Amino acid sequence: MDEDPPQRRKFPAGLAHLGLGEVEREVPSSEPPPLGPNASLQHIGRSPERWDARAKVTGAARYTVDVSLPGMLHAAVLRSPWPHACLRAIDLSRAAAAPGVRAVLELAEPLIPGEAPLLRYVGQPVAAVAAETPELAQAALQQIEVRYEPLPFTVDFGHARQPDAPAVYRTTELDKVPSATLPASASVYPLAGNVLGPERRGSRGDAAAGFAQAEVTVEATYHTPVQTHCCMEPHAVVASWHADGLDVWMSTQFTAGVRAQFARQFGLPLARVRVRADAIGGGFGSKSRMGVYGSAAAALSRLAGAPVRLVHQRDEEQMDAGNRPSSEQRLRIAARRDGTLTAISLHSYGSAGIAFGAGVGNVAAAMYDCPGLEAVHHDVFTHTGPACAMRGPGNTQGAFALEQSIDELAAKLDLDPLVLRDRIDPSQVRREERRIGAARIGWTRRHAPGAGTGTVRRGIGMAQSLWPANVQTNAACEVRLWRDGTVEVLSSVQDIGTGVGTVLAQVVAEELGLTPQDIHIRIGDTEYPSGPPSYGSRTTASITPPARTAAWRVRETLLRSVAAAWKVDPQSLVLGGRSVQLRGDAQRRLAWNEATAMLRTDRISATAGRADDYAGFRIRSGDAAIALNDLGGVQFAEVEVDTESGVIRVLRVVAVHDCGRPIHPAQIESQVQGGVLMGISFALMEERIMDPHTGWMLNPNLIDYKFAGPRDTPAIEVVLLEYYQGQSASDAYGISEPANIATAAAIANAVYNATGVRFRALPMTPAAVLETLGAAARRT
Amino acid sequence: MSCADRNGDSSGIAGPGPLPLVLDVNGTQHQIMVEPRTTLAEALRGPLGLTGTKIACNHGACSTCTVWLDGTPVAACSVLAVEVEGQRITTIEGLAQPGSLHPVQEAFIAHDAVQCGFCTPGLVLSCAALLARNPHPDRSDIESAISGHLCRCGTYPHVIEAMLDLSTRQDPDHG
Repeated sequence: MDEDPPQRRKFPAGLAHLGLGEVEREVPSSEPPPLGPNASLQHIGRSPERWDARAKVTGAARYTVDVSLPGMLHAAVLRSPWPHACLRAIDLSRAAAAPGVRAVLELAEPLIPGEAPLLRYVGQPVAAVAAETPELAQAALQQIEVRYEPLPFTVDFGHARQPDAPAVYRTTELDKVPSATLPASASVYPLAGNVLGPERRGSRGDAAAGFAQAEVTVEATYHTPVQTHCCMEPHAVVASWHADGLDVWMSTQFTAGVRAQFARQFGLPLARVRVRADAIGGGFGSKSRMGVYGSAAAALSRLAGAPVRLVHQRDEEQMDAGNRPSSEQRLRIAARRDGTLTAISLHSYGSAGIAFGAGVGNVAAAMYDCPGLEAVHHDVFTHTGPACAMRGPGNTQGAFALEQSIDELAAKLDLDPLVLRDRIDPSQVRREERRIGAARIGWTRRHAPGAGTGTVRRGIGMAQSLWPANVQTNAACEVRLWRDGTVEVLSSVQDIGTGVGTVLAQVVAEELGLTPQDIHIRIGDTEYPSGPPSYGSRTTASITPPARTAAWRVRETLLRSVAAAWKVDPQSLVLGGRSVQLRGDAQRRLAWNEATAMLRTDRISATAGRADDYAGFRIRSGDAAIALNDLGGVQFAEVEVDTESGVIRVLRVVAVHDCGRPIHPAQIESQVQGGVLMGISFALMEERIMDPHTGWMLNPNLIDYKFAGPRDTPAIEVVLLEYYQGQSASDAYGISEPANIATAAAIANAVYNATGVRFRALPMTPAAVLETLGAAARRT
Repeated sequence: MSCADRNGDSSGIAGPGPLPLVLDVNGTQHQIMVEPRTTLAEALRGPLGLTGTKIACNHGACSTCTVWLDGTPVAACSVLAVEVEGQRITTIEGLAQPGSLHPVQEAFIAHDAVQCGFCTPGLVLSCAALLARNPHPDRSDIESAISGHLCRCGTYPHVIEAMLDLSTRQDPDHG
């Protein structure tokens, strides 16, 4: 099939609500025929019951924390109480002899072999034990004797940049520094103290000339804090060694990816490691890797000869399960009187703790037309837990600065922020999103910035989102058809709460003329073909095309069987509505299971991988690629600022988004609401607070670490565009991250509109609001 | 470890070893052995195998572990198992007859008020308790009833929508 010549095919193209056109693409003939727009389909574009909703509302869904195996042991982890210390000696013998203990393991390792291990943050794993009960495991930790030599430390982003701050790393250790996001090495950048860089990414044109030509310039510095993921199900793993290899149950965003990591770590072939995840209690970027906890559980299991369960306590989750890096962004934007941008300069710093990769994304480089760009980033090491990807990594921080700066530029040019964006934003999709959102929120009601009077002031603001349309090319899906008519869809892809299982059922049902409820969904298990990760908003884009392709191939095989029996051309058969029929002959009709009964064998199967986007990718790197067009999204927020209490209330958010072909509007709406709520939290509440005197996180719980609850939830109106590009068998892309990126900036712009005062630092807590308003009042 | 009997031990102090306990869970009496420090959430999930009750924060901040004690929602992570002997405990597994759904569960499904689902059993129980005492809650009643719940996926809008839908039905049948 791979060798067949490509064919030219016509696909629906454009925004459905404006009227669709067509686009012609050259497509491998191994791909299924073009799919019509949603209006022409039975299941895609509708919102059937979420595949696992019944299990989840009844408590039957099985999460990793619910997995219990015969003879299973419970692990506990001893963690560093020091933000920076040399591990001079460790004695595990008393712990090993403690009641119920079956295995002990040292976890602290030096970056440079032969040296004493250095501990670099409070909460860093030092050792682990596995015991018969969780209580015995915890008790045994007390028996571990450790001699620490505490060293000077720095947990403050500002302090860490000072030349005299204690250094987190030496230059010789840089190639061992964990990367917060994509695999990369810090050793390609110079290190001065704790400052790593510069990294010049996306610089173009002559920024200096652009500033020289400028008629108007805005310049300001923005700060965003460290945010933690706060998955409701903590990081959890159950590892079980057996004669053939390793079985793992893990609350993970990437079963296939962590399978590869376990295999590498323990020298096993891929085929001897099995990773399963039934239900997964959230991830948001933090559950993508094997992690120290994963390898510790597997190592303990091997030592003890029994399954080992390791589940983070909430404080471990807050201190050592990843976080969103902080940022400090000095952003300068130059424009002509008519709004045309001439140059952008972004100098950013960010701390990913002991990790690196605290860049602020590519919104400043990619959102608007601008000939000159200078983007310089430095990472700053601190003695805090390693950051990792978190919902819209980089771009969420970046949009907070960029979208406020554009708002400020509009005010300075005396232009409506929407008019300015119409002039400088090349995206026709976002232009449409602005138009729709403005009408929905009632943009014309918006008063001049700061024109409100009285104690409680209202304002409206908006901001835009940009996120690469990611695709995992290493993504496969199998569809099985049984002689009794049963259909299964199988992939290791996991459902972290996005509803990807439902989407798979819709796509397969559409192709086979069945209903989504007919499709048996088998996912979250690496025994099935390797699916994509659930991160980067790439899951739907990566797995729905192969799912449809596999279903189509199974369908073709079935139709050939029927055609052979009837001695007709397979092309003359029509499949749909649970039946197969000869075109134009109502008498020659088989019910679905009569047709499948004609299969030669009990079960047929097809497995398909993710084909390239039909018009190609913009970037390809390893297993990942980025589609030609980015994802957009425009959000409008209406807020109320109480100038006496400092409380900001978000009254309403209108979120207008695109994700290619929407497959399940209700689930997409759920995703967008979730992204908006996380953005509201980021804007108003969330902040990891470190104690500069002890290096401990002061709010490692869900009481003092605040995120939005039901009372903080505004009306969130989601508008979804149907955007066809003829790029794959499903033409669908992702949504999770764009939904989060614009929110904090939209709120900040609304707060400016309400008060006439810019809030350039997050979170906008009541105390911060009062302080900022007070400072502004003193200036005037 | 001594296994102190609450009646037999002369000191009158139970524990620290396991002691027998009878819990009335979902209409059935269960005899279990747990240490006095065992929380209700741990007892349900461990010896009773009722893993529908989830533990998320384990310090009473998120209401994920909500169960009913004599029909009233409580955070099972913040109650000791030994405290609730003799009280009627209802978990998510016991909310509806096996094989059927409570109207709140049906409404959650219909309104996609579920994402990762980890906090969902607790939310369902708080919502069902609200409906039992107030068949026609308004938005503020609903927000108040679930105000102690944290959901990181952000299902609140759909949860509130599901409950408003139930509230406006002519003849709410809420089991």
